[in-house]
Amino acid sequence: MAFYQAPRWQKPVALIGLVALCLLPGLLQALDQSFYIGFATRVLIFALAASSLNLVLGFGGMVSLGHAAFLGAGAYTAALCQQAGINEALIALPLAMAAAGLFAALVGLISLRTRGVYFIMITLAFAQMAYYLFVSARSWGGDDGLPLQGRMTLAGHALADDQTLYFAALGALTVAMLLFARLAQARFGRTVQAIRENETRMAALGYPVFRYRLVTFALGGAVAGLAGALLANLTGLASPNLLQWTQSGTLLVMVIIGGVGSLFGGVAGAAVLLGLEEVLVGVTEHWHLLLGGLLLAIVLFAPKGIAALFARRGAAS
Amino acid sequence: MIRPILEVRQLSRRFAAVDALKAVDFSLEAGEVHALIGPNGAGKTTFIHHLSGALFPDSGSIHFAGEDVTRQPMHARVQRGMARSYQITNVFPALSALDNVVLAVQGRPDAGSSFRFWRPVTQEKALFETAAGYLAQVGLAAKIHTLAAALSHGEQRALELAMALATQPKVLLLDEPMAGTGPEESARMVELIEHLARHVTLLLVEHDMDAVFRLADRISVLVNGELICTGTPDTVRADPAVRRAYLGDHL
Amino acid sequence: MTQLMLEQALNGLQFGLMLFLLAAGLTLVFGIMDCINLAHGSLYMVGAYLVAAATQAADSFWIGLGAGVLGTAVLGLLLETTLFRRLYTRDHLSQVLATFALILIANEGVRTIWGPAPLMLNPPEALAGPVELPLGDDVFFYPAYRLLIIAVGLSVAGLLYLLVAKSRVGMWVRAGAANREMTEALGINVRALFTAVFVFGAALCALAGGLLGPLLAVQVGMGESVLILAFVVIIIGGIGSIRGALVGALIVGAVDTLGRALLPTLLRAVLPTDAAATLGPALASILIYLLMAAILFFKPQGLFPARA
Repeated sequence: MAFYQAPRWQKPVALIGLVALCLLPGLLQALDQSFYIGFATRVLIFALAASSLNLVLGFGGMVSLGHAAFLGAGAYTAALCQQAGINEALIALPLAMAAAGLFAALVGLISLRTRGVYFIMITLAFAQMAYYLFVSARSWGGDDGLPLQGRMTLAGHALADDQTLYFAALGALTVAMLLFARLAQARFGRTVQAIRENETRMAALGYPVFRYRLVTFALGGAVAGLAGALLANLTGLASPNLLQWTQSGTLLVMVIIGGVGSLFGGVAGAAVLLGLEEVLVGVTEHWHLLLGGLLLAIVLFAPKGIAALFARRGAAS
Repeated sequence: MIRPILEVRQLSRRFAAVDALKAVDFSLEAGEVHALIGPNGAGKTTFIHHLSGALFPDSGSIHFAGEDVTRQPMHARVQRGMARSYQITNVFPALSALDNVVLAVQGRPDAGSSFRFWRPVTQEKALFETAAGYLAQVGLAAKIHTLAAALSHGEQRALELAMALATQPKVLLLDEPMAGTGPEESARMVELIEHLARHVTLLLVEHDMDAVFRLADRISVLVNGELICTGTPDTVRADPAVRRAYLGDHL
Repeated sequence: MTQLMLEQALNGLQFGLMLFLLAAGLTLVFGIMDCINLAHGSLYMVGAYLVAAATQAADSFWIGLGAGVLGTAVLGLLLETTLFRRLYTRDHLSQVLATFALILIANEGVRTIWGPAPLMLNPPEALAGPVELPLGDDVFFYPAYRLLIIAVGLSVAGLLYLLVAKSRVGMWVRAGAANREMTEALGINVRALFTAVFVFGAALCALAGGLLGPLLAVQVGMGESVLILAFVVIIIGGIGSIRGALVGALIVGAVDTLGRALLPTLLRAVLPTDAAATLGPALASILIYLLMAAILFFKPQGLFPARA
């Protein structure tokens, strides 16, 4: 393992990608395919969620199987904000991040004292616990979830407009990726990577290892909460199904397909998985079989995921 | 009367049915080079693990610079000035020697917090210069950009030492620094340790008796988890219990 | 009131014992092969489906149960030799991905073969009614079928105890759970041992699935909810320990069943009605997770960790 270093082609490619994404809604409208703006927004939101998991998993080396709980926490916070009369996204979104981040910190406080298989199962169990909590909470919608009465406004702009929500999601994703890229090369990033490689050594060098892991875990949770709040706006519902472990599994699959630990792994994985879903659904109603087969193939033959396939062709490591 | 910098009182530890450490009383004077010797399986590395905080005793206490550190986690003890090197080389193989030592420098309390999220580390020239200094001290000046995995075994041991030094310890616990080194590298390591001894208090676990008798101000002998003798090299050489423990071989 | 308590206690015992069947196989796979198997619940589901289908075909519960367990064991053998064997040396993440893929395939496969509607599985005629049990000078009725489950569960627990604690194979299993490399170094045919453990675990899953089929619904996705509980059992009991799996399963079974039955009533006595109505079921459903968190706080390795 070498320290993360952005390959030379990353900045130009990312810039081109960003420009393309900015032009996409206009293009879709021109092609009379405005329906797909919603789909694209969904991809952006899951790219954000998957990237937040990538921080915890790929970067921090913590295999968390309960990350969807933080996605759900963000969604519910957004819905509850609206119930409380807060319709301004500039307040609701940070609140969602704070709530999800706090929840993640609490889960991390207990889970991070364990390792390996235990850690994986405990994060899973906590997420499931949160799921049951929301399902049983009748005042929060229970089984059916908590609906949003229309979308929020972002500094005056109504997110009810599909294009506005799209750009809000794009903005959130861009800022997050920028932050992750800087963080990876800063002191925090080096420390977290070194801890992932050899935590005893880092403790022997005076680093409070637990603290760094906890911060990484909480940060990942907070960003997932942001994605959740955006998702609630998109779908109009904060559903307890968002917290189910199958949702966590989906996020995990996205990260693995996209490339664990590479900066854009979450983005690539979300795009591929959701795109695949869209395509396969048209092919057969039993597309889960195909997806399962594909995942097995990836595990057995391309273990580092898609982004790594590109990295091999790319710059120095 | 100056208190010893490291004091161990009645340290005991049991693993399943085995008494690994039996009521060990030990003290380390500031500025000395103290060697800990004993047959294989005597508990020397276990003792070091307890001092550094990798393991916690069943009973007894450890006092460092006057403070009770018995229940403190490893990183806290390191921050107070107690560092260690490992018997089995424990560096980051995929990083350069320089990057390895920079991690050590970065972790120091006086280097500032590592909860920094924006500025790339490569821009912090001061960290790299300091790290290079330590590498020069251990004789690796020419190899700072070499990947740790590509260094020879002896060079890796030297890198271990550089990393431990970079934490600016008051006490350095060296667990068999000469393990697996050939005669030439051993000799260099002995010179290095002599050089270090001028700045740092050293507790040295070693099997190489020539090195031990050359370097040590005092020697302690650990047999079956019990400290059977402490004293100057001559005292230890002459002690009958020690002779029995080693069956008269090395001494 | 005592009748209710007794009934719930027996239900808890029954539930716990079935959880034990699931957890036993799972903890061995984790403990010995260090392999995360998210698809363990799918084996339970497939087992239930095979038992239901075989019962319908043979028009006999017992034949159906036997056929279903056997069929699942064969499936387990196939899975182990083709897929899982390659996963043992891989990292946990790859194991998670592969077994997650298996869940997708299993759920969709079952849906394709048997359709989305739940399958009917009836208990055997002879055990369809209640049994009279003496309770002081009163009588107490409890379903015969549930008593059967308890009996089977206790027998399996006893059998496993004999197997693991007293037999040579059991000694290998315990050694493997404590220290895999050492066991290999001692010349034990670890490969065959792994296969045997996996297949046995699959059979236990099917047994649990088949027995619980008449009580719960045999439907797609039934494995997932019970899998998490099995995980909780193992976390509490300690990975690699059969004893831990039994203790953990009984604790979880008791706490969950009694909690759901008693907690809403208890809360209603203390809190205002609407608060109790919301809090009661919510708290009851997360009770075992809270218990798990509490146990972990003091013993992060569980109650009876097999590894030193």
